[in-house]
Amino acid sequence: MSATFLGLPPFPEAAREAVGDSQTRHNLHKATHTIRGKRDAVVGELGDDWQRLRSAGEQVKTHTLRHLDHYLEQLEESVRRAGGTVHWAADAAEANEIVTRLVRETGEQEVVKVKSMATQEIELNNALEAAGITAYETDLAELIVQLGEDLPSHILVPAIHLARSQIREIFLDQMSEWGVPAPPGLTDDPKALAEAARVHLRELFLRAKVAVSGANFAVADSGTLVVLESEGNGRMCLTLPETLISVVGIEKIVPTWSDLEVFMQLLPRSSTGERMNPYTSTWTGVTPGDGPQNFHLVLLDNGRTDVLADTVGRQALRCIRCSACLNICPVYERTGGHAYGSVYPGPIGAILTPQLQGMSSEADRTLPYASSLCGACYDVCPVAIDIPEVLVHLREQVASSPGHLGEKAVMAGADAVFGSPKALDAVQRAAGLAGGNVPRHLPGMAGKWTDTRDVPDVPGESFRRWWNEREEER
Amino acid sequence: MSGSRERVLARVRAALADVPDNEPVERPAEHGHDEHHFTGRTLDVLVDRLLDYKALVERMSAADLPGRIAAALERRGAARVAVPSGAPGEWFADATARRIADSPEAPLSVAELDACDGVVTGCAVAIAETGTIVLDAGPDQGRRAVTLVPDYHLCVVRADQVVDGVPRAVRLLDPVRPLTWISGPSATSDIELNRVEGVHGPRTLEVLIVEPAV
Repeated sequence: MSATFLGLPPFPEAAREAVGDSQTRHNLHKATHTIRGKRDAVVGELGDDWQRLRSAGEQVKTHTLRHLDHYLEQLEESVRRAGGTVHWAADAAEANEIVTRLVRETGEQEVVKVKSMATQEIELNNALEAAGITAYETDLAELIVQLGEDLPSHILVPAIHLARSQIREIFLDQMSEWGVPAPPGLTDDPKALAEAARVHLRELFLRAKVAVSGANFAVADSGTLVVLESEGNGRMCLTLPETLISVVGIEKIVPTWSDLEVFMQLLPRSSTGERMNPYTSTWTGVTPGDGPQNFHLVLLDNGRTDVLADTVGRQALRCIRCSACLNICPVYERTGGHAYGSVYPGPIGAILTPQLQGMSSEADRTLPYASSLCGACYDVCPVAIDIPEVLVHLREQVASSPGHLGEKAVMAGADAVFGSPKALDAVQRAAGLAGGNVPRHLPGMAGKWTDTRDVPDVPGESFRRWWNEREEER
Repeated sequence: MSGSRERVLARVRAALADVPDNEPVERPAEHGHDEHHFTGRTLDVLVDRLLDYKALVERMSAADLPGRIAAALERRGAARVAVPSGAPGEWFADATARRIADSPEAPLSVAELDACDGVVTGCAVAIAETGTIVLDAGPDQGRRAVTLVPDYHLCVVRADQVVDGVPRAVRLLDPVRPLTWISGPSATSDIELNRVEGVHGPRTLEVLIVEPAV
């Protein structure tokens, strides 16, 4: 059974452990700084137009979400017209049932997979395994995670937490369990590791009859699905098998083909820091004589409509999964992705995961606090999701829920004092008189705050008092 | 699963209760962004970007093309090459490699494609700014599998197929056709986020750009 995020500790606990892992911190520092540099360079090439594209991306996605019912029906009709079959899944269990049934109908016992966040989210591989179907991840980083029985720690590069030497060991230990073994003299040269992955998967690609993918975009007016990738594993899965099943979140829609003018510039530059990713495949239903002749689109809700219902939080559904917010985040850089306890880590995960899952668990309620609110994520977001705004909005929800009695009492007291000039004057006078007797460290729960901060010196006279006396003297 | 269809759509509509019923679905057609972001000559930029992503590139006149195709295949040691049935015969006037035709009507098997040393195709559009070649499965490009399984892809790009930027390319392309956008040979950035060329797709991409005679 593949690893699962279920039951991992909440962020503060997981983060404390993660920052103590110096190997992972080193790997993450190196990787995030590499990708930041590349992204800056290719975004800079576009000059002022980057902000115009960003604003266009925001507008297209916002517009689509505000008319999502219309575009979903249009997409369904377009895909059907082009020879595809459309399925609707209200939740993960239903999506897994549909995919399992479709694979069973082909009579096959194995599927090849293109990297897909949606199928990670619903833990499709576990569901298929329970049905006796083996799902082979074919993206290099997903393959590393699958072979290592690890969890993904990044949206784009799920194995970002691993260095080349660790990847080499996983290949040497595990490849033979799944198919073609790694060559015995394998080095940790990235070229050699990529070659080992090629050899390991080659025969599988050439024999596979069923593929499962997600999609980066689903175009409503043409019924076209779009997958961006680098290695060619996507092309293999989207081209050679007889049956293709694509699991796509309902927020992946763009209204028209021409909207790709915007997103095919925003996504590669923001994501891998390239002018264009090596391969992009687009397909519209079924093309006779070329590619899979059976195409199924599974439209996935799984909490997305709950996110949509929150007028502040719904902007998270604009996300095109580029991962620029992870790469820039000072918190992510130090804790890594596993601490977020979700397939969606980093800043976008901190707003998406609790909203998708309904903030029902302690883990979900801590995620909106996994941020210093520095705002770097908003600056780099190619569709201008105001992540800090949503984080604060979610914190409000956490704070207004039952519990936090002590904090609420303190805040109510502060409200009373600051809301009344008389009360404030009395408190300030008392503090001034106490002077150096104000304790440096507060007792009980409040001690957590003063452990890392000094209580400032209290002046003998408050500004308000000084001002009033000065006015009286005139 | 029609029950779920209605359920999801109803949930979407309920979630959008704040959106006024009369808010138009129509949008302005233009996004207001630039067509491209470079100075210099289009073909020069295309060559620069192709080289940046580790493709092999040559520029030539139409008269020189058959000789250059033959020379490229020879350099590569490609004895058996897959060729889409609609590729012009004159491309191969000088070539000694054995040509193996593929068409949707008479497709090569995956094993036959795997036994080919390379594939020679044309393209639909090339994008200078991003160094991207787009195939649309036209007669001289063939089925998607043909340009995927062989390890070497030799692609002929005519100067009149080259556009400056992504927006123009999107407008020229027909989404009904299966499209493959290719920017350099297959690559990965999955190991420490450093780009390494050569994974599952063709590990060598060679581009022959045919320019009009001056």
